[in-house]
Amino acid sequence: MATIYVDGKTYEVNHVNNLLHECLQKGIDIPYFCWHPAMGSVGSCRQCAVKQYKDENDATGQIVMSCMVPATDGTKISVDDPEAAAFRKSVIEWLMTNHPHDCPICDEGGECHLQDMTVMTGHAYRRFRFKKKTYINQYLGPLINHEMNRCIQCYRCVRFYKDYAHGDDFDVFGAHNHVYFGRHEDGVLQNEFSGNLVEVCPTGVFTDKTLKQHYTRKWDMTTAPSICTHCGVGCNTIGAERYGGVRRILNRYNGQVNGYFLCDRGRYGYDYVNSAHRIRTPMRRKSNGELGTASKDDVIGNLKNILARKKKVIGIGSPRASVESNFALKKFVGADKYYTGLSDTASKLVEQVIGILKNGPVRSPSLKDIRESDAVFILGEDVTNTAPMMALALRQSVRQAPLKLVDMVKIPRWHEYAVQDVIQQRKGPFFIAGVAGTKLDDIATRTYYAEPDDIARLGYAVAHLLDNNAPAVKKLDEEIRQLAEEIAQALSKAERPLIVSGISLGSEVIIHAAANVAASLSKEQKRTNISYIVPEANTMGVGLLGGGSVGDAIRSAREKKADTVIIFENDLYRRANKESVDTFLKQFENVIVIDYLKNNTTEKATVVLPAGTFGETGGTFVNYEGRAQRYFQVYYQKDELKESWRWLREATMAAGHNDFKEWDNLDAVVGAVNREAAALRNINVAAPTSRFSISGMKMSRSSARYSGRTAIRAHENVHEQKPPDDPDAPFTFTMEGFSGLKPPALNNLFWAPRWNSVQSLTRFQEEIGGPLRGGDPGVRLIEPPGNISFSFFTDIPAAFEKRDDEFYTVPVYHIFGSDELSIQASWIQELTAKPYILLNRRDAETKKLNAGDEPDVQLSGVTLKLPVKISDAIPQGVAGMPVGIPGMDNVLLPGWVKI
Amino acid sequence: MISILKSLWYVFLHMFRKRVTVQYPEEKNYLPPRWRGRIVLTRDPDGEERCVACYLCAVACPVDCIALDAAEADDGRRYPDFFRINFSRCIYCGYCEEACPTYAIQLIPDFEMAEYDRQNMVYEKEHLLINGEGKYHGYNFYKYAGLEIKGKAKGEGIDEEKPIDPKSLMP
Repeated sequence: MATIYVDGKTYEVNHVNNLLHECLQKGIDIPYFCWHPAMGSVGSCRQCAVKQYKDENDATGQIVMSCMVPATDGTKISVDDPEAAAFRKSVIEWLMTNHPHDCPICDEGGECHLQDMTVMTGHAYRRFRFKKKTYINQYLGPLINHEMNRCIQCYRCVRFYKDYAHGDDFDVFGAHNHVYFGRHEDGVLQNEFSGNLVEVCPTGVFTDKTLKQHYTRKWDMTTAPSICTHCGVGCNTIGAERYGGVRRILNRYNGQVNGYFLCDRGRYGYDYVNSAHRIRTPMRRKSNGELGTASKDDVIGNLKNILARKKKVIGIGSPRASVESNFALKKFVGADKYYTGLSDTASKLVEQVIGILKNGPVRSPSLKDIRESDAVFILGEDVTNTAPMMALALRQSVRQAPLKLVDMVKIPRWHEYAVQDVIQQRKGPFFIAGVAGTKLDDIATRTYYAEPDDIARLGYAVAHLLDNNAPAVKKLDEEIRQLAEEIAQALSKAERPLIVSGISLGSEVIIHAAANVAASLSKEQKRTNISYIVPEANTMGVGLLGGGSVGDAIRSAREKKADTVIIFENDLYRRANKESVDTFLKQFENVIVIDYLKNNTTEKATVVLPAGTFGETGGTFVNYEGRAQRYFQVYYQKDELKESWRWLREATMAAGHNDFKEWDNLDAVVGAVNREAAALRNINVAAPTSRFSISGMKMSRSSARYSGRTAIRAHENVHEQKPPDDPDAPFTFTMEGFSGLKPPALNNLFWAPRWNSVQSLTRFQEEIGGPLRGGDPGVRLIEPPGNISFSFFTDIPAAFEKRDDEFYTVPVYHIFGSDELSIQASWIQELTAKPYILLNRRDAETKKLNAGDEPDVQLSGVTLKLPVKISDAIPQGVAGMPVGIPGMDNVLLPGWVKI
Repeated sequence: MISILKSLWYVFLHMFRKRVTVQYPEEKNYLPPRWRGRIVLTRDPDGEERCVACYLCAVACPVDCIALDAAEADDGRRYPDFFRINFSRCIYCGYCEEACPTYAIQLIPDFEMAEYDRQNMVYEKEHLLINGEGKYHGYNFYKYAGLEIKGKAKGEGIDEEKPIDPKSLMP
């Protein structure tokens, strides 16, 4: 700790930080542009000038950049000093000489850091009478809009894109006052985190191109804290609505999870909520066999008769439905007739993962822990495509080992360029064992491409080298043994080693091998972490709830003699092969599907009820880490889009069952989960209840300056209606209610007086870059018990042997396309890969195939014509096929294929 | 008695005074051009909509009676997809006009908006948009803005240099 004096006042501050950081921390407004808590200080914008005095006798002082001065004990500065204030004002004036007269048509307007800083410094009148500099813009893809005229040369974009996200197709070009931030030529930005440029840029050079299609100002959007639905990481987001549609997703800071950034799939995948394929009304199969719109009463009346005989009903949940909905279904149909809705492979593997995390010696890390890891070993995951934000966290981990050098030479960690000068090209140990090349290969110390069984063998070998008690691998190649040794050495030297694996390859042995490595490391006193990547927002939630797979449902349907199946938010055709699902669904007299998008399963339904997405409903998801996080309904709408559990409640109550009578709001369901599902205990801690209030007020969803409330619905009826109440959340649907500092789980708007942009975040954090005020939201449901004797897995597979006539085909994931929901957005479709088959160069040569040829590919009875892609980074005898993308969404991998 | 007669006398005298009552509606009073009455949306000198859907009028409105939704035309100009003013709420304060950065929204000297049905006081864009520049002549926002639109490339605006060439090293 240190004591500093700012304008005569005394502050206790942390000496490891710089003055700007500490002043903002204490609530002192100093304008700045280039400093960013996640990217440190570079002192390039000259905006955060303050006056520093040598001692008490120094009355003159000197102007310094507060972001470049450490907050050492006894520092005496003045922010209000007239000379410093005039300096800051003239810096803005220079920046504004070329700034276009764009604010009314600029998407940043109203949440623009440059606007805020201009007002803060007091620059109000343009004295510069000469012409403005202009630039030609670039096409940067369907997600980001480029408007180079607005640039103030703070360099934040390149620092994020190149230094933080390690992108290589964006840079600063030109010289002197002609510098240009963009690509070497027009084209789609290749980095998966390019969307963050929108939030990183202090002005409107980079703006959200999807928001541009339905533009709304920050103050006009109705917002609620949400959780990303597009992978298992569970990033915190803010869903924002206007005129009945979700208009954008913003990052919601959570120090333990996503921090300052989001991936492009999470930021831009929201459009399925507004999709034309949404189910908005109840539907019933009419006598002519067609599925047609029906009234709610008609459908509920129909369900009443069906559900009165409860014994013959089975239920299939979903990893994209909330914990509450899955729980309700399980409770209604009974544990033996409830299925999680995971595919056979996923179900088996998730069970394994949960077993390891619950009983094993090591814990699953948050993304913050991952960022702080100093040695990484990835087994079988293409992290950038299966859990993108984890990949960004992993990219930061390679800095941890070299940062020790920085500490050694006593350079503060925030001093970014000095830190880079010390680190140079050094990277911490980072090993990838995967089936094909991954986007993280550029930071890897060593990569190893092999068939899943071989990857597991490498894992087992590493575990054995670390701990003799772990089983040894027989017949190991010398080359692989050496690699294993290198990995083992690096991991044992590290203080916070991290093992990353997951279920994406569908391989049980990889999961076991990863557990062995982590367990063998934990024998030494280390902070070892193991992270298993799961594919969907609530995969862990349904895993913890427990139940059979879709395959189990199919296999046991006949013996259960059920005549009715209830399916919650699940397209079974993505979970099991087509024929078996077809026959399965045909067995039932009644197929009741509650979902929000039309899909192959709703086509086969006899009754369809419209469910709500994250936009219209609330609930809880459990992420890969076992962290339960609540998402809240974003906006009110008139259609009956309800939580699946609410439909079930309504139907069962009509049928005379009283199981859910008490469940009149979400709190009651969460309470029931908490009481009755042992694995999900404490889930109620994830967020305050709906009765939570401050000064007798619920929290407001809209900003205090929300506009147009007496005109929005005036065309329907000029007499204003009373705003609806939300029984499920401590929120109002309007600007009425509490709009000050809310509990961290309820942050839905980052705004503070004088800070309209997202930079106001400093006012919401306990410590800048650290936890939010009141602690980071979410509750970890899985903690490994201490002192447990882990018995090593011993199922070491034999080495892979390639076949002459067949290829072992593994799934290849794509950030854009593999996810069922984000693909609904037209801009994501633009970026989606087309179907292909990936082959090793030598294999292609043997088969006499060239890139682009379209051979017949036979996979479990299905023949597809797929163009060939050739790679050196896939082992021989193995092929890769993209999963989930249109045209291949019923392809279940891994498996053997004939070409 | 005397006071009654006095009053009668004064009333009689008033018959020869100048009349202040205007025979509205047959006869109209003079309203100065800056009188704040009915709100209109105007067009720029080229006949294009001036409104760029920046939402500033809506946010300035103290009774929140303006609602609009932005859309973008193929030529790059932003415009309001709908623009609605609920005149049954409007207090004619003129804040919207003050906030408007493009002179699009203007209050004009017309107050004859009474209706028997309150619903008829909800004006949509078709009721608001006029074929003229209103009170402020000659201003064309896009000529000053840095944004590129069809017919005005980068550097062709007022007080703009030609676009820089980032590949050139010349000073």
